[in-house]
Amino acid sequence: MLRPRIIPCLLVHQGGLVKTQGFKEPKYVGDPINAVKIFNEKESDELIVLDIDATVLGREPDFGLIAKLAAECRMPLCYGGGVKTADQAARIVDMGLEKVAVSAAAIANPSMLSGMAAAVGRQSVVAVLDVRKKTGLFAKGYEVYTHNGKTLHKADPVSLAKQLQDAGAGEIVINSIDRDGFMQGYDLDLASQFRDVLKVPVTIMGGAGSMEHVGQLVSKLGVVGAAAGSLFVFKGKYHAVLINYPTPAQKIQLCRDALKI
Amino acid sequence: MIKLVDYGVGNIQAFMTLFKRMGLDAQRAQAPQELEGATHLVLPGVGHFDHAMQRLNESGMRSMLEEMVMGKRVPVIGVCVGMQMLAVGSDEGSLPGLNWVPGRVRAFSGNALSANLPMPHMGWNNLQPTGGAKLLAEGLDEDPQFYFLHSYFFDAQDKSDVAATAHYGFDFDAVVSRGHIHGVQCHPEKSHHWGAQLLKNFAEL
Repeated sequence: MLRPRIIPCLLVHQGGLVKTQGFKEPKYVGDPINAVKIFNEKESDELIVLDIDATVLGREPDFGLIAKLAAECRMPLCYGGGVKTADQAARIVDMGLEKVAVSAAAIANPSMLSGMAAAVGRQSVVAVLDVRKKTGLFAKGYEVYTHNGKTLHKADPVSLAKQLQDAGAGEIVINSIDRDGFMQGYDLDLASQFRDVLKVPVTIMGGAGSMEHVGQLVSKLGVVGAAAGSLFVFKGKYHAVLINYPTPAQKIQLCRDALKI
Repeated sequence: MIKLVDYGVGNIQAFMTLFKRMGLDAQRAQAPQELEGATHLVLPGVGHFDHAMQRLNESGMRSMLEEMVMGKRVPVIGVCVGMQMLAVGSDEGSLPGLNWVPGRVRAFSGNALSANLPMPHMGWNNLQPTGGAKLLAEGLDEDPQFYFLHSYFFDAQDKSDVAATAHYGFDFDAVVSRGHIHGVQCHPEKSHHWGAQLLKNFAEL
């Protein structure tokens, strides 16, 4: 049977691998290519690599970096950061990546996703929504941001996710800005809003600090993608940088416990 | 020498990287003469069925490929959409397939048992070998896990061609082997040690 996907998400900033908290304070944690090599050895389910500089600097994707990642990576790889056009997506897929993630460009113009889907196939088009809880005395619900949490979009995250799916996305990633890097668990209230509304696979990101948190997500949502950054780059209570990933036996146990099979 | 049929669709680089790491000689072929000397052929493919067929037809390699596979019986493995291209045709498009393995490509959405599942079928699933196919004979007996990413599946007409099924709502034909012609719906080039083992088995056929 199909298993939940447990996905390390690596952030690239100024050429290095970083981990943020609440999308802020990028802390250097190592070299992206070296991290990919380690996740190869650990047989990670998938990998997401996001260049967090490209969109805010108005740069195109770093094709040099992508080529290096593609040459090393032996698991399904999703790249995001600065992707604006179907041609860029096609170039990335041709380099050997399975998926291309878009956020700002798709939110600004959802119809660009149909061009991307036509170029690389819907299964390779991933739309990422960075979501933050509304703040204020009477505020309820969530808001969508782009440009590393700096640009607000007046759209309901669930309707926007559906719109992006209908426009051509084959997977939706929901990333909680509030939970990012705090390792206190996924925002399950947020995560549970999408699974029943969407027809494409959903991946939840932001907040995982332990495999128990991953288990909670899978218990609540079933077979989904569970992505995490800090969980797989920090170890122990002092958060020493140490790339880690569950063993095959731990993954099987997690499936059994969380899915009751 | 393994030759990767590079007609502009599919992840050639991932295969090259993996074969190199496995110590197997592999080259990409972008023109008919570059297919010459192949002991094994890999036909990758991603995206839309018609797009892939059209690109293969336009590559100039199709007739050479047919001569090698059907005439000289060079072992071939179609991967993902490359597997689907072995069929007579696909519900996803209107172009005819290669028709090397009797069967048709159908949509998961057309089957009541899978119609309500998230689509594409994305992630790691286990292959359920159905017999003693040589492709799966070595090293894959212990719950082999493979990466899938697709919304259409190969429905073999002759079920004795099915080497393994996988379950997504129902058991679909995930690996076919008809003589020297093989197809896998999953991505062995991205399936860690299981995928490498499958490709090794293929290279030793």
